[in-house]
Amino acid sequence: MVQNFAFLDEHSKKEIRRKTLKAIAVPGYQVPFASRELPIARGWGTGGLQLTLSLIGRDDIIKVIDQGSDESVNAVNIRKLIQDTTGVPETIDMNEATLVQSRHRIPEVPLRPSQILVLQVPMPEPLRAVEPSERVTKALHGDKEYSGAWIKMFEQIMKYGHVTDDADYPVLVNGRYVMAPSPIPRFDNPKMNDNEGLILLGAGREKKIYAVPPHTHVASLAFDDHPFEIEDFSDKVCRESGVSGVFMDELIDPDTGENYYVTNDTSYMLEQLNKEEEHVN
Amino acid sequence: MSTNDIVMSIRDVSKRFGEGCEVCREDTSTLNGNICPNCGTVHAVRDISFDLHEGEILGIVGESGSGKSTLMKMMYFDQENTSGDYYLRSYEEGAENVFDVSSQKKREIRNEQLGMVYQNPLHGLKINFSSMTNIAEKLIAGGSRNVGEMTARGDMFLEKVNIPLSRKFEAPKNFSGGMQQRVQIAKALSNYPPILLLDEVTTGLDLSVQADVLELIKEIQREMGVSMIVVSHDLAIIRMLCDRTMVLLNGEVIESGITDQILEDPQHEYTQQLVYSIL
Ligand SMILES: Nc1ncnc2c1ncn2[C@@H]1O[C@H](COP(=O)(O)OP(=O)(O)O)[C@@H](O)[C@H]1O
Ligand SMILES: [Mg+2]
Ligand SMILES: [Zn+2]
Repeated sequence: MVQNFAFLDEHSKKEIRRKTLKAIAVPGYQVPFASRELPIARGWGTGGLQLTLSLIGRDDIIKVIDQGSDESVNAVNIRKLIQDTTGVPETIDMNEATLVQSRHRIPEVPLRPSQILVLQVPMPEPLRAVEPSERVTKALHGDKEYSGAWIKMFEQIMKYGHVTDDADYPVLVNGRYVMAPSPIPRFDNPKMNDNEGLILLGAGREKKIYAVPPHTHVASLAFDDHPFEIEDFSDKVCRESGVSGVFMDELIDPDTGENYYVTNDTSYMLEQLNKEEEHVN
Repeated sequence: MSTNDIVMSIRDVSKRFGEGCEVCREDTSTLNGNICPNCGTVHAVRDISFDLHEGEILGIVGESGSGKSTLMKMMYFDQENTSGDYYLRSYEEGAENVFDVSSQKKREIRNEQLGMVYQNPLHGLKINFSSMTNIAEKLIAGGSRNVGEMTARGDMFLEKVNIPLSRKFEAPKNFSGGMQQRVQIAKALSNYPPILLLDEVTTGLDLSVQADVLELIKEIQREMGVSMIVVSHDLAIIRMLCDRTMVLLNGEVIESGITDQILEDPQHEYTQQLVYSIL
């Protein structure tokens, strides 16, 4: 049997594209779709992968990242599946990529017009922690009744003095739908607001697609007297590249026992290092 | 609604569980209790009408299964009515049947114009969230986004219902039944609703605890002037709290009037039994 381009049959791709269009038309709204089986386990990015496979064309250049890294096992596996079934070229360079699939990060380089970022989503429902029933959460979205998302934050403030959600911090999209941005750090939330590219989010196990189209207003939920804050790396410097002002991983030097910081988005870090080198040469 | 001291009007409200048949949809006189012998449909509430006046406590008494909770749930939009009208002075001056408004509007009415205290605290509280957060839930749903204002309001109402403020960050799951009902009452009142609905709120509590909660309800009514509907299977409780009373049997009002008069001179045979049982 001949393998179809991008693995999925054309019918499935069409279904996913249709649902994607609907998601773009209603920013932040979770559109149910008929999730397919893929040769990787559900929960390992099958939602994002189905979006990528339904969108990819022969002219695309693909970049796949997992928690900021192009080289993690997950990223490599997903990229291999995409390349084996499409033959499209890969890149780690945000400036070259036309289609980017990512888990748990929005790259440091801003998206440009016509670029698509696909985010893998484990848990698409921002109200699930307070409301187990899908039927009920659907009605709550319909009525724009988001007390559930707010009381979760309120309870954290009561217990710890501040909101403790560091990742998957809920946002209000286009003034209408509260959305789970997937487990990206709070640091990445502001990047969604009024951005130039198209952000698509896919949850394979939960069978949901949703979207943040270009130039959409995206606001992180916050009480009037407890403003939203991102992780502060302003006084941290990346040990590898010397950059600051980006999201960093805190590591411990096994020899000295001291903490140090390294840029989490590795391709961004490489780009900075290359620039420096060019400068020197 | 006619006279302007009426804060709520219920007109010909019915609730059936089941489709009904040709016989019972038109005429419920052939029911066996509240069940249609022909099709098995339960007629939980049948053609009930009443007004609630400003600042009064209206009692609804009846045995288990008589339709009290179903009626309360319809008033709080927990359950859809089968037929009938519902008017609130606080909503469009009582000009619109609020059973017909959008579900978004119904939520608004629930959050801002009504308070509900359920028999089972699990229905009224998020038992694993702190008491303060439970109160804030009602305020947040009513549109508040200021933590400082909400905790100040929470403190005030927790004090009003005699919950020590040292326990405000504790979850009600750690509390006694009486305390859980107090937290429910604080939550229900937190938005200053003109109407409070109380469904068997002391059922299952120890007698001394029961007396404290009833005293609290009276005190709140005096202080805040909120209109209340109190539902109980226990006429003794109704006697303690309520100015006027309706007696429910098999989903129908069989008798209504001034509580003292009903107690002195019950008309219906069933009411007579109820009255004699508490004398
Ligand atoms: N969801 C339901 N489905 C079917 N019957 C119900 C349902 N809820 C209540 N009933 C029936 O409606 C009647 C009234 O119940 P309820 O309003 O709970 O009475 P009360 O609160 O007076 O004890 C009872 O016969 C009960 O069995
Ligand atoms: Mg009941
Ligand atoms: Zn019938």
